[in-house]
Amino acid sequence: MSEVTKVGIVVDGRSIEVVEGASLVDVLRLAGIDVPTLCWTRDVDPPLGTCRVCAVRVDGREVAACTLAVRAGMQVECAAPDLAELQQGVVELLFAEGNHFCPACEKSGDCELQTMGYRMGMTHSRFPYRFESYSLDYRGQRLMLERNRCIHCKRCTDLFTDDEGHRVFCFLGKGSQTQVVMDLEREAKLSEHKCDEAVALCPVGAILRKGRGFDRPIGTRASDTPERMDR
Amino acid sequence: MTETRKIVIDPVTRVEGHGRVTLLLDEAHQVTEARVHIVEFRGFERFVQGRPYWEAPVLVQRLCGICPVSHHLCAAKAIDEVVGMSDETLTETARGMRRLMHYGQVLQSHALHYFYLAAPDLLLGVDSQPALRNVIGLAALDPELAKRGILIRKFGQEIIRATAGKKIHGISAVPGGIHKNLSPAERDTFFQGGEIPSVDTVIAWCSELIEHYRAYHARNRAWIDGFAHDPANCLSLVGPDGQMDLYHGNLRCIDAQGKRILDDINYHQYLDHYAEEAREWTYMKFPYLRVLGAERGWMRVGPLARINVCEGIPTPKAQAALEVFRSENGRYSHRVLHTHWARVIEMLHCAERIREWLHNPVLQGEDLVRKGGFHPVGIGFLEAPRGTLIHHYEVAESGEILKCNLIVSTTHNNESMNRSVRMVAERVLGGQRDISEGMLNQVEVAIRAYDPCLSCATHALGQMPLRVQAVQQGEVVQEWIR
Repeated sequence: MSEVTKVGIVVDGRSIEVVEGASLVDVLRLAGIDVPTLCWTRDVDPPLGTCRVCAVRVDGREVAACTLAVRAGMQVECAAPDLAELQQGVVELLFAEGNHFCPACEKSGDCELQTMGYRMGMTHSRFPYRFESYSLDYRGQRLMLERNRCIHCKRCTDLFTDDEGHRVFCFLGKGSQTQVVMDLEREAKLSEHKCDEAVALCPVGAILRKGRGFDRPIGTRASDTPERMDR
Repeated sequence: MTETRKIVIDPVTRVEGHGRVTLLLDEAHQVTEARVHIVEFRGFERFVQGRPYWEAPVLVQRLCGICPVSHHLCAAKAIDEVVGMSDETLTETARGMRRLMHYGQVLQSHALHYFYLAAPDLLLGVDSQPALRNVIGLAALDPELAKRGILIRKFGQEIIRATAGKKIHGISAVPGGIHKNLSPAERDTFFQGGEIPSVDTVIAWCSELIEHYRAYHARNRAWIDGFAHDPANCLSLVGPDGQMDLYHGNLRCIDAQGKRILDDINYHQYLDHYAEEAREWTYMKFPYLRVLGAERGWMRVGPLARINVCEGIPTPKAQAALEVFRSENGRYSHRVLHTHWARVIEMLHCAERIREWLHNPVLQGEDLVRKGGFHPVGIGFLEAPRGTLIHHYEVAESGEILKCNLIVSTTHNNESMNRSVRMVAERVLGGQRDISEGMLNQVEVAIRAYDPCLSCATHALGQMPLRVQAVQQGEVVQEWIR
């Protein structure tokens, strides 16, 4: 059993003692600071670090908190208004890059990107929407891909495996042409439970169960709040 | 030198969506042409293509903010067929929840139209001050009536919220059923009243509203009956016994004298009987019955058509009101302003139906969704507030929508609406050199009677001035701006 070493860091002017080498996101949340995340999921090591929504300032430099292991003496800023602006900007860019039409999306109410937009008080993107046309992939037996909504977080490609431990999803192409695809042979063999797991793992509505959707009443979805339910 | 005039009413106000009227007058100031232009384009039929079929009931309803429930349910009826189900094979709870939602929708939409859009013309006068000719002016004139209008609408919206999840653009109708039932607590709010009136109060208010319109008619019979009288073919769904059924049934079309043109056909056969004509000056098509051709095959739909088509109304108070209507106006009425009378009778019918369903314990059932085998075509019909609504989808086995055809109520009424506009324009404006705002408003009154939803019909909202131009040899020689 490895020995745990405690070190001191400063977060927004407050000194706290933390486990050396721990993820900065974990450390901040333990300290009661709810740094926003999208691609991050608990206990994933190494972290995905794809979305950059968890931007904080460490020793004067903006970094993704999920990719940073804490070390002694770190000076961390989370509460500065310009950081909130930066985090919201990242979310707005994600909305501008894809075609996120929440009103007709099966994931609405359970979508982590939508929830982040609500949380940040976002009403629109300051950046011009690209309105790029992305394809839908209906070839799966029980799953389909709605690439207009994919934020390329890599949760499905890196964290999801079938019952035999094989990966089912991967990226094809580079840069702005990158698109998620799935191994159709392995998808066809997925159990019901595994299909549901893939859908739940996707933070947006890019991986869908075919023939299903809108099966949870408004008011029972993860992000429903009284003020959001009439939107 | 001849002088012709072109009058443009743009936009038509107090309707849902954006339209324009063009009237051409010759040198003798007689109307030579009258057209209702639908100047917005929505294009839902196209961009539904490629989407997954289970998304259709939620996506397509976004074409309207007034009658989304009608589109939600009509699409759901069509998509039920894609998953091997039909209205007859849904669970009792699903069918009941959907019907309750629909009656709430028709009630609130009719209340919106009657109190907010139509009543200001009727009660304040078609030539009253435009600035006061609205629901605010109505509230100043008759506060109790305006309050009831607002509360009846709110009641209908709360029915929708309880059944669909929210008042506008709910999501509960899913392929093969519904995703929620009605809890006893939700149900009891409609019995008890409070912020909204109880269902018994709504029924009482609707009954009084019919008497209110009837008394208004008695005082203004010459104007109402003479406003626009245009015999028309009438189309609607009817129940198996020919009774009014706003949600499901067979398709019946009668001519102006009541002779059957479509004799309670299964609505899945509609393509055998329908054709559509496109005209270059409007985005809205002109549907007609093939058997009569484009010239004579146009149809009227909506409250007045339904009142004419049905044998009776299967709720007692509304049936009694229908009998009074027929005793005073004859078995078949084609007087366009009687549409408002028919509309308030339907409000009473909906309120009565809502009470029946609220008392039905099947709405607390847990059996909500059923599915059968895949079917590549789904067709849904229902009677939306403004008339017969059609959703037709073709779907690949993969789940992708390949084709979508929407024929909405306002499209059904296109020819009828244009004829009414011409009729009123000829009567009110014909031979008149000086045209007042009140005269132009009467043209709008003819359109409003149909409660057209122009955004639905073309698959923008805005506030623009009413503009009238007198055009001489291509040049504007006189202009009125409201």
